Formats: sequence, structure tokens, C-alpha cells
Amino acid sequence: MDLSSINPILLLASIMAASTPILLAAIGELIVERSGVLNLGVEGMMITGAICGFAIAVGTGSPAIGFIGGAVGGALLSLLFALLTQVALANHVASGLALTLFGLGLSSLLGQGYVGVKPPPTPKLDIPVLGDIPLLGPILFSHDLMVYVALALVAGVWAMLKYSRAGLILRAVGENHDAAHALGYKVVRVRIAAIAFGGACAGLGGAYLSLVRVPQWTEGMTAGIGWIALALVVFASWKAGRVLLGAWLFGGVSVLQLNLQAAGVAIPVEYLSMSPYVITILVLVIMSADKSRAPASLGRIFHASQ
Amino acid sequence: MTLKTILTGAVMALGLTAAGAQAQDDTTKVGFIYVGPIGDGGWTYEHDQGRLAVEEHFGDQVETVYQESVPEGADAQRAITQMALNGADLIFTTSFGFMDPTLAVAKKFPNVKFEHATGYKTAPNVSTYSARFYEGRAIQGHIAGKMTKSNIVGYIASYPIPEVIRGINAAFIHARKVNPDVEFKIIWAYTWFDPAKEADAATALIEQGADVILQHTDSTAPQAAAEKAGDVVTFGQASDMAEYKPFPRVSSIIDDWKPYYIARTQAVIDGTWTSQQVWDGIGPGMVGIGEITEAVPADVRDEALALKEAIASGEYHPFTGPLKKQDGSDWLADGETADDGTLLGMDFYVEGLNAEIPQ
Repeated sequence: MDLSSINPILLLASIMAASTPILLAAIGELIVERSGVLNLGVEGMMITGAICGFAIAVGTGSPAIGFIGGAVGGALLSLLFALLTQVALANHVASGLALTLFGLGLSSLLGQGYVGVKPPPTPKLDIPVLGDIPLLGPILFSHDLMVYVALALVAGVWAMLKYSRAGLILRAVGENHDAAHALGYKVVRVRIAAIAFGGACAGLGGAYLSLVRVPQWTEGMTAGIGWIALALVVFASWKAGRVLLGAWLFGGVSVLQLNLQAAGVAIPVEYLSMSPYVITILVLVIMSADKSRAPASLGRIFHASQ
Repeated sequence: MTLKTILTGAVMALGLTAAGAQAQDDTTKVGFIYVGPIGDGGWTYEHDQGRLAVEEHFGDQVETVYQESVPEGADAQRAITQMALNGADLIFTTSFGFMDPTLAVAKKFPNVKFEHATGYKTAPNVSTYSARFYEGRAIQGHIAGKMTKSNIVGYIASYPIPEVIRGINAAFIHARKVNPDVEFKIIWAYTWFDPAKEADAATALIEQGADVILQHTDSTAPQAAAEKAGDVVTFGQASDMAEYKPFPRVSSIIDDWKPYYIARTQAVIDGTWTSQQVWDGIGPGMVGIGEITEAVPADVRDEALALKEAIASGEYHPFTGPLKKQDGSDWLADGETADDGTLLGMDFYVEGLNAEIPQ
């Protein structure tokens, strides 16, 4: 065993980057579920965002425009889900699963010409002064912009849900859509907006994978990460702060276990491999002992006439 | 009970008529079960190239079908059964984890021929085929040992199965031969295909000082991670991964399934197909060594090519004694070469590897 070969600064810095895709997807899905919609299509929206972001970044040479493209791609795909569930009143679960299958197929079609292409590099922000602080500098202040965007999104979502009128309306729609409707709130419009936001976040997460974390386009490259984001929202009891904690835990333990393996730590590899899942679930389940519960209208279909 | 019997009978009958119907018209239907997407740029990509070669070679005589991203395990059985029910005459299942599902389905469809890649179980209508990837690993190990400056070689392994362990051993033996100070750091990813995880694994190895990365997973993500790091050497796995030439990818192992797939399809058409176990290497061309780029010093390249020639001609075996097992016990005496039985079931590291195989 040789723990000294692990550089804690580099490790913490890569944990921040490794958690970002799952954090983005989960925070978007949190808003969707808080509005009472269960969208199981996160995986499909992520991979669509991954190829849209990749293709646009390659086409324009600008990763920033690529990220916007990824968000738009994810949002457009999610609008298909909105059409099915909010207008055609289809079942949420079935529509969400269909969205994932469709997204996976669509992305490999779109990605035909992009296998083996290299994306333009996403620059790391060099924040003067802050980035030069020993220890904290490389860990906190030497990332690309998207890491901070993700964190800002989490803070924004938390503040909106807790303090703003918009957050109150969103929660009302998610808890009891009939009452919200009776009060004059546009249930369907609120939900469509939430779904589009969730799609954009998932698309951003996907684009982060294909532009920064991997960085290349490979078919099926999300490899189930959307499902993990989905589970994370549930285990985090639909709370923004816990989503952040869960994403860091999951991303952190995933990277840490690879480092421990490389350092030859004497823990059986099987335990190390399952540790990200076990630890994340344990911590979040213990934390959710405070009687948090799902939004009451989650997954229920709303029509004004009922 | 009765219902179950009737249903089983119906399924069988359906399968038989489907197979019979196919035999009557002149097209032979060849199916492929893939573990990853055909666009993975590695393992599955090469199998699909083999499928396309079959289509091109036989034209209208043959129809091919495939299913990609089939998970290993119980779901694979459903996918293979579906393919057999749809009238496939010959089915290639292209991953180690499809072994038991293939055998189970083969029992129900005695008239359909099955070919399972990298496995070791056969039946009257199930053949196995694999390539001696370890021959290519030996050449990679040689180049890795010569190229590393930090003397740390990172290895991204997939699952602890004999094929992967054989690769680690072959690479390690030849890296040590040219560089007695070299150490291997091994990460088990427990996946064949997960680009994000493969990239993380490569990054972890690079952060811990590895400047050569060998991979036994299927995507090109580790190549991208190495390229980002700047001064890390990689090798293409299963496919040439030429888009990362000339650096970080300095050479590659290429699986060439085309001749084998064409030959076996021909055998089914001719009715001469029999169950067999095929294990071919560099010599017959099932394992190819991709171009060694100019990033490798000329003398190292010449040595590597000489090693390739020696292995191809059968003059040199990558597992030639004296070799000891990791626990220090004797394995091969001086000049003795490993037999295929030991290699196919390899579950131990050779002496000098500082790691443990997950049990």
C-alpha cells in the first residue's frame, strides 16, 4: 500500500469535475419532480445534450456555444416529453422510458460523423490571486466555468424554492395540482417550463461529459449516469443541498476508489467498486430520516376538467 | 405445468419452422450479439467490421442482423433467443459474459449454429473462437518498458477473467525484461464500456505518476485523457484507434475477425460447420499490430517489430520460462512454454507484479 502516491490536491480537484455532470442532471430533475412530473428520460436527454453540444462545439470551434447547444438540445427533447404528458396526457413513466430509448437512438444517429473527432478544448478559468492560494487555489479556483455554473445553479434552485414566489407556485403545483389550478395558477405551463429546465440541465450535464470530462463523442457514452442522477433526487428527498452532497459523495467516492486501487490499497476491489453506490445511498437514507416525502402530485396526470 | 409444456413446445416449433423456412429460401441469416455500441471505436466496432465484411463477401446470399449494447447476464439470453426465433442460422455472441446464455439458448435450438467469442465452453452446436491478444500485449509491454520515464505503467483492466489477466502478465513480463525497475499500477473498472469511468481511471493513474497507459476496456476515452495530460503514451485496444496517432497512441492491437466470420458463414452455407475451438494469434492474422508511430525511437520500433516477427513465425512464445508465479512458486522451467490449458484458465499473476487479483 502506498497512499503517498495519491496527491490530495489533484484528487479533490478531479472530484469537483467528476461530480459536475451528475449534479447538473440531478438539479434539473429536482425541479421537474418538484413540479409534480416524473421524467425518467434523463439518460436520453443527457446523451442528446452530449452529442448536440459536441457537434455544435466542433462546428463553431467554441465550447461555450457548444454548451448552450447542449442545453438547447436537451430542452428540445424534453419538450417532446412535455407534449406527450402535458398535452396528450400520456403516462409519465412510459413516456419517460420512451424518451430515454429515443434519445439514445437519436444521439447515435446524430453522432455518425463525429466518432474520433476532437472537440475544441474548454479553457480552465485562471482566476488571478485566488488561483494562486496554496491548497485551496488548485482545489477550488482552477476549474472550467461549467463547474461554477453547476454550483450556481444549485444555489439558485435552492434559493428559488425556499424564498421566491415562483418557487412557492412550483411547489404548490407539485404538491396539489387541483388546488393550484383552483387558485388560478397555470399548472400545465408551469410544468412545461419545469420540464424544459430539467431538459436543459440534463443537456448541459451531457455536454460536460462529451466536451470536458471524456472529451470525445462515443455512442452510449453516458453509460447509465442519467439513472444515477434520477435515483439521487429521490435519495436526496427532493432537496437541493442534499443533491449537491449526494453528487459530491458519488463523484468523490468513484474517483477515490479508482485512486485507492491504483495505489494498491489492501481493500478488495469488489468493495471499492460498489462503494460509491453504497456510501451515497447510506448517507442520504440516514439523512432522510426526517420524514421528508415526495411531492404529493408526483407522476399524476393533470387535466383541468377533473 | 401443461401450459408451460405447450408454450415450450410452441416456442420450439416456431424456432424450428423459422430455421426451416430460412433453409428453404437461399439466404443464410447470420446474427451478431454485441456488448457495446458499434460506434465504440474498439471491440464492438471491429466485430461489426467483420459483419460488414460478411455482407460484402456474400452479397445477397447472406442476410446479417445484429443487436448492440446487450448487457451480459440474463438479458443476453432473451436477446439471443429472439435472434434464433427470428430465423438466424448462425449467431456470433461476442463477449465473454455471453457464455452461459449462449449455451442455454443453443440447447433449445439444436439446428442453429452458435459461435461464442473468448469463452471456453462448447456444445455440438456451439464453437468458441478467440484471438491470442496476449501476443500483442507482449509487444506493447516491450514498448511500454522502453518508453516509460517514471517507471510506472498504468493498466486499466475490465473484469478479472483469464483473458484480461493473461494480458497483464504478458505485458508485464516483457516490460520487466527491458526495464527491471518498471512497476504496474492496475485499476479494475468492472465494465467493458463506460467512457467517463475509463477517463477517470486513466486520470487517476496519470495523477499517480503513470506515463504509459495500457487499457483492456473498449472505448477511446483513456486516449483522450492521455492526450489531455500531454506526455502520456497509450496503445489502441481492439481497434487501431488511429485518430490518436501519432501521439499519445503509439501502436495498437487490432482484432481482425473478418476472415474468420467469412469462413464460418461459408461453412454453414456448405453444411460443413462443426463445433471447434479456435485460438489464433498474430501468425494467422487474427491479431494485428497497428502502425508503430515515429513517437517511438527507431531502435525500439525495430525491436518491437522483430518481436512481432518471432511471435508470428512461432519461433518465440510470449510465455517462455524461466517464469515464476507471483507467490514465488515455479511455473515454467528455462525454455519451457506455457500450454494452452494453463493460459485459458490463467488466474494468477507472474512474479514481480505488486497487486492482487480480485477474487
